Amino acid sequence: MQPTKEQSLWMYENMVVSRRFEEAIEKIYLEGKTPAFNMANGPIPGEMHLSNGQEPVAVGVCAHLDADDIVTATHRPHHQAIAKGVDLKKMAAEIFGKSTGLSGGRGGHMHLFDPAVNFACSGIIGESCGPACGAALSRKMQNKPGVAVAFLGEGAANQGAFHEALNLAGSWTLPVVFVIEDNSWGISVPKSESTAVARNDVRAAGYCMPGHYIPGNDPHAIFDIAGQAIARAREGNGPTLIEVETYRLAGHFMGDAEQYRPEGEKDALFAKDPIPRMRERLVADGHAAKDLDALEDRAEARVAEAIAYARNSEYAPDSDALTAVYV
Amino acid sequence: MLDQPTNERRLTIARAMAEAMQQEMSRDPTVFVMGEDIAGFGGIFGNTRGLFEEFGKERVRDTPISETGFISAAVGAAMDGMRPVVELMFVDFFGVCFDAIYNQMAKNTYFAGGNASVPMVLMTSTGGGYSDAGQHSQCLYGTFAHLPGMKVVSPSNAYDAKGLMTAAIRDDNPVVYMFHKGLQGMGWLGTEAGATVNTPEEDYTVEIGKAKVVRAGTDVTLVGLAMGVHNALKAADKLAEDGVSAEVVDLVSLVPLDRETVINSVAKTGRLIVVDEDYHSYGVSGEIIATVTEHDISKLKASPARITFPDVPIPYAKHMEQFCLPNPDKIVAAYRKM
Ligand SMILES: Cc1ncc(C[n+]2csc(CCOP(=O)(O)OP(=O)(O)O)c2C)c(N)n1
Ligand SMILES: [Mg+2]
Repeated sequence: MQPTKEQSLWMYENMVVSRRFEEAIEKIYLEGKTPAFNMANGPIPGEMHLSNGQEPVAVGVCAHLDADDIVTATHRPHHQAIAKGVDLKKMAAEIFGKSTGLSGGRGGHMHLFDPAVNFACSGIIGESCGPACGAALSRKMQNKPGVAVAFLGEGAANQGAFHEALNLAGSWTLPVVFVIEDNSWGISVPKSESTAVARNDVRAAGYCMPGHYIPGNDPHAIFDIAGQAIARAREGNGPTLIEVETYRLAGHFMGDAEQYRPEGEKDALFAKDPIPRMRERLVADGHAAKDLDALEDRAEARVAEAIAYARNSEYAPDSDALTAVYV
Repeated sequence: MLDQPTNERRLTIARAMAEAMQQEMSRDPTVFVMGEDIAGFGGIFGNTRGLFEEFGKERVRDTPISETGFISAAVGAAMDGMRPVVELMFVDFFGVCFDAIYNQMAKNTYFAGGNASVPMVLMTSTGGGYSDAGQHSQCLYGTFAHLPGMKVVSPSNAYDAKGLMTAAIRDDNPVVYMFHKGLQGMGWLGTEAGATVNTPEEDYTVEIGKAKVVRAGTDVTLVGLAMGVHNALKAADKLAEDGVSAEVVDLVSLVPLDRETVINSVAKTGRLIVVDEDYHSYGVSGEIIATVTEHDISKLKASPARITFPDVPIPYAKHMEQFCLPNPDKIVAAYRKM
């Protein structure tokens, strides 16, 4: 399955939006955190997991989804949220903890919820899988169309919840697709030291579903396989497990000294940065450089607008902490 | 047990915990450590630093992100003669593995009629205050302390942290060791200076099940644990400016709970305020108040008060979280209302 021209541009634009967004967040996150790095300080406090380098997975998959489909995401959710169409302004405002944020500041960066596009997150590793099965089951029971996609990291594939959810999906023939972003690290622990198999696609066999491994962090290859899997789910033929080789260009979270990385790994990863590679591919496919420049400018403007919106928004009253829950 | 450290040797709680594990691993070959990022990384909160370099990967094991798997494996290893120390990185993650903890670790000794023991330590980080939101900031003291079969401790300073870790490793019962992130002495989490104290180099134990009066007073008893102790001490300073003499009790251990020390203190002061960063209802604060009122309600000159986290998930936004968290001013205000 190959993307149309429009789909290619859509993928590229969302990759660029995601990257520019992360770059902006990265800078703002450090405000108030120098010279002493204290997570509690600055306009964006708390943990920050950037997704730089992993954009191809989000766009290659979400290119096949519309607002009605469901995505359950991870602790590293920005690229996934952007590709799923989560409102960028409200998402930025949530990360700033503002009243105009998706959740009025209650959730923050690891808990982005946008019911308008059926997007949810969990900061608990592996916990994207069960809810995706449930949403898929709900669509089936209600006789409504729609596919659920659970994103997870390769580290999460060692969590019980992953295996239980795959078995549910396999035995109930659910319209769900599990997408593992294999960036080869779970914080400081390499996949090779934590996982009994080299590639997680082989685990699909245990749950009677097709498994695919996609090397190279290549948006087009991801588009192809994800498209087949999502079409299969839409047709009622059940779940698929996909593992994608991808690259985490940042630390696990901001402030991570990354001493566990082998010498030279980061440079090698940056040399394979998927964004310039995608641009080259688009140019080779006949897209005019000036059109791509315009697209990049547009992406930058969208990000700037979202960040400005977040900055200029008000904080909710303190006592809002006590609302939106039964007490 | 040493009452007073002899020479100036200030350690953070993180270093004190690591030192206790290092000494016990040297002394006892059955002691080993496992958890996520505890080997080369030294633990996300620094409490296993140096162990991997000294003892290697057989005894200092990075695990997959499989908490049910490795915590229940620790139960099995403990019952087979080892003394595992396992880390649940954030206490909030108990949700994925609680069966291993409360149905296995906590109950197997009883099921075996006392004929088997589960000598393991489950160490886990607690607490918020740095905007890590609702899945990474909880305390859950009450949740763990509620369930019979396991000891539960939480140090407020490095001296206790080391002695409690040593005692926990040597204990034949399972011990849940809850360390507050804000006390760890990791700069990136902010640092409560009062937690970094003189800590002897030689090994020693701090008795599990014994509370400490960390400040003597006559007008009101402030009871807390971990970060709550520091909030109470700061409140006591403020109250002293108004001529009010507050006694501060550090619970140190939740299970067993040293009810006597609390009762004796309130018998003296007649007033009780419990400071607990855990949720308000059904928790440590209610248990402490019940302990006092059940024993002899006539000792109280005023209704007891509790400064706790309201019964809502922990909000991300800094101002909202700070609004919810206990602090010294809230304690002082509670006293004024008495
Ligand atoms: C149940 C649970 N255990 C541990 C953690 C702490 N933790 C957060 S991210 C992470 C690593 C996750 O690795 P992976 O799934 O590969 O995702 P990545 O961070 O690489 O995107 C860990 C261990 C958690 N959030 N939840
Ligand atoms: Mg990973």
